[in-house]
Amino acid sequence: MPIPILKLHNYLLISIQTEIDDQTAIQFQEDLLDKIHKTGATGVVIDLTSVDIIDSFIAKVLGDVVSMSDLMGAKVVLTGIQPAVAMTLIELGIHLQNIPTALDLEQGLIKLHQELGV
Amino acid sequence: MKPQSGVIIRKEWDIVGARQVAREMARELKFGVVDQARIATAVSELARNIYLYANEGQILFNAIQSVNKTGLCVKAVDTGPGINDISEVMQDGYSTSGGLGAGLPGVKRLMDEFDIKTEIGIGTTITATKWVR
Ligand SMILES: Nc1ncnc2c1ncn2[C@@H]1O[C@H](COP(=O)(O)OP(=O)(O)O)[C@@H](O)[C@H]1O
Ligand SMILES: [Mg+2]
Repeated sequence: MPIPILKLHNYLLISIQTEIDDQTAIQFQEDLLDKIHKTGATGVVIDLTSVDIIDSFIAKVLGDVVSMSDLMGAKVVLTGIQPAVAMTLIELGIHLQNIPTALDLEQGLIKLHQELGV
Repeated sequence: MKPQSGVIIRKEWDIVGARQVAREMARELKFGVVDQARIATAVSELARNIYLYANEGQILFNAIQSVNKTGLCVKAVDTGPGINDISEVMQDGYSTSGGLGAGLPGVKRLMDEFDIKTEIGIGTTITATKWVR
């Protein structure tokens, strides 16, 4: 099942609710870039509150999504990363450096406002 | 809970199946949430490696419940090409597939015990155990 992408003004909001397999992750990457292109969105919030595992593959896809969106002119903020997920990521050796994060969706939107200066 | 369980890795979706079994067993063995995530993540890495590099294999789970120790032993068994240089693949960032190269060194850090047995042309068996603290 594809991950739904909602549009709110100039922003795209995504809340990942399902177990992400590799195919879903890659499909999401394509869908999001396509949606940024079509809507001209300038900011994206990806909420990971319901995600209880991020392995190196999913981390790579997320990192790539952020860089690719950036190239297209959209800032991405990741929100709601669970403590257990943050710890396992660091132990895997994955630091997701330079990726803006926030505690929850609301804080993510505030961060986008700040970063985009609107 | 069944003390033993196995998941065959053949399709990409089997990776998800393996980590779900991992989490379920870890939960039933009363691992904390962080350890559950560590174990599920480690299994996801091992299962994906089988899928990517060996085409087919199995993840075997073995619950260890003795008088003074509880743990989960995970064995990833494949009949793939084997690994030529173990110290090379254990380096952070080493990947032959354009991946992050974080899988094997990561699994070693996430789990308490870690062992690789491999033979070229025969296959690879990786055993990793986590103990309940
Ligand atoms: N089961 C396996 N059989 C053969 N080679 C493997 C196996 N698992 C890992 N490898 C090799 O070890 C390398 C490092 O694996 P890993 O640390 O998981 O990083 P990645 O999967 O991102 O490349 C792989 O690129 C591959 O060449
Ligand atoms: Mg790997």
